[in-house]
Amino acid sequence: MIYLQLCIEFFKTGLFSVGGGLATLPFLYAMAERYPWFTKAELTQMIAVSESTPGPLGVNMATYVGMKTAGPLGGILATLSLVLPGLIIIILIARTLEKFQKNQLVQNVFSGLRPAVVGMIAFSATSVLENAFFLAGTDFSSFSLGTLDWRNIILFFVLLFAVFKWKKHPILYIAIGAIVGIVFQF
Amino acid sequence: MKDYFELLAAFFRIGAFTFGGGYAMLPMLERELILKHKWSTMEELMDYFAVGQCTPGTIAVNTASFIGYKRKKVPGAIIATLGVILPSLIIIIILAAILQQVSDYPVVQSAFRGISAAVAALIVQSVWGMGKSGVKNLLGVILMILSFYFIFFLKVNPVWIVLGAGGMGAFAYSEIGKKAFKKLLTPFGKEESK
Repeated sequence: MIYLQLCIEFFKTGLFSVGGGLATLPFLYAMAERYPWFTKAELTQMIAVSESTPGPLGVNMATYVGMKTAGPLGGILATLSLVLPGLIIIILIARTLEKFQKNQLVQNVFSGLRPAVVGMIAFSATSVLENAFFLAGTDFSSFSLGTLDWRNIILFFVLLFAVFKWKKHPILYIAIGAIVGIVFQF
Repeated sequence: MKDYFELLAAFFRIGAFTFGGGYAMLPMLERELILKHKWSTMEELMDYFAVGQCTPGTIAVNTASFIGYKRKKVPGAIIATLGVILPSLIIIIILAAILQQVSDYPVVQSAFRGISAAVAALIVQSVWGMGKSGVKNLLGVILMILSFYFIFFLKVNPVWIVLGAGGMGAFAYSEIGKKAFKKLLTPFGKEESK
């Protein structure tokens, strides 16, 4: 029952992804490995679309992944499952907001969590980099100079420089990537 | 009834006009919640952000749940949350259907090839930014490397990493842990000042 599986996976993602939309990515990559729903290359596409459309990144990703896996109903169910844990927790702590925030144990747990989240998102970045650096159908396991997509690697470094230097809106860089890809027939 | 509709409409607008989520949505929240409806103050909004950072889920959704609850208890929280996710649902479902049909065209594939380089650059920058604000001492460096190692090389489920790192934090920053791990917990750049 694919709908139930989607609900469980996205509920788990919502419950354990702490610190915003990017924190959902490690869970999505784990899903790509465990289920035949979508590939890692497709995930990169979904990130691009989610970053260039309005709404929180995590919610957009859930809708897209759910839609791709099981149609519109899948998209709706995945999104609702993703936000449900947060909604329940907020309702539970809304009355004692200040107490929760100042609780020493809560703060300690999060001091340990934050660096781990950075490590997990760095892992997601390696998948995205792999997808960008290798020609279609090849990956890190078949590494050789011939499997590298040199044009895309050059484009990556140019854009990386631009992103760090000017910090413009993500859509701008995504649009530049699309235009360069079309003009030079990547 | 009118109150619920107002909540739904306000958060629908917030969902529809913010890109990226997180702090990017602060200006929109400010306009809708503080200036227009006077449902919240700037201080409260900052509190919601702080709590949103340390509860599961996206910050946009958590802020919506908070404000909704404050206005109309549980039904309000649900309505506001639905409001903020509705634009995403509508836009992405339509877009995904279109993209599935056109994604075989060579032009679209070329575009997505170039886009993959852009997404990679954006993510590297996000990780760099998060590292700067999230890794503040030697223990942080160790936890970051360990979590990367476990998920990348050992393919451990991220759930276990979240639970493990949370547990490590609870222990290391407790009174006993603070004495045992003094060196690991000294914030970077503060070694000399002591």
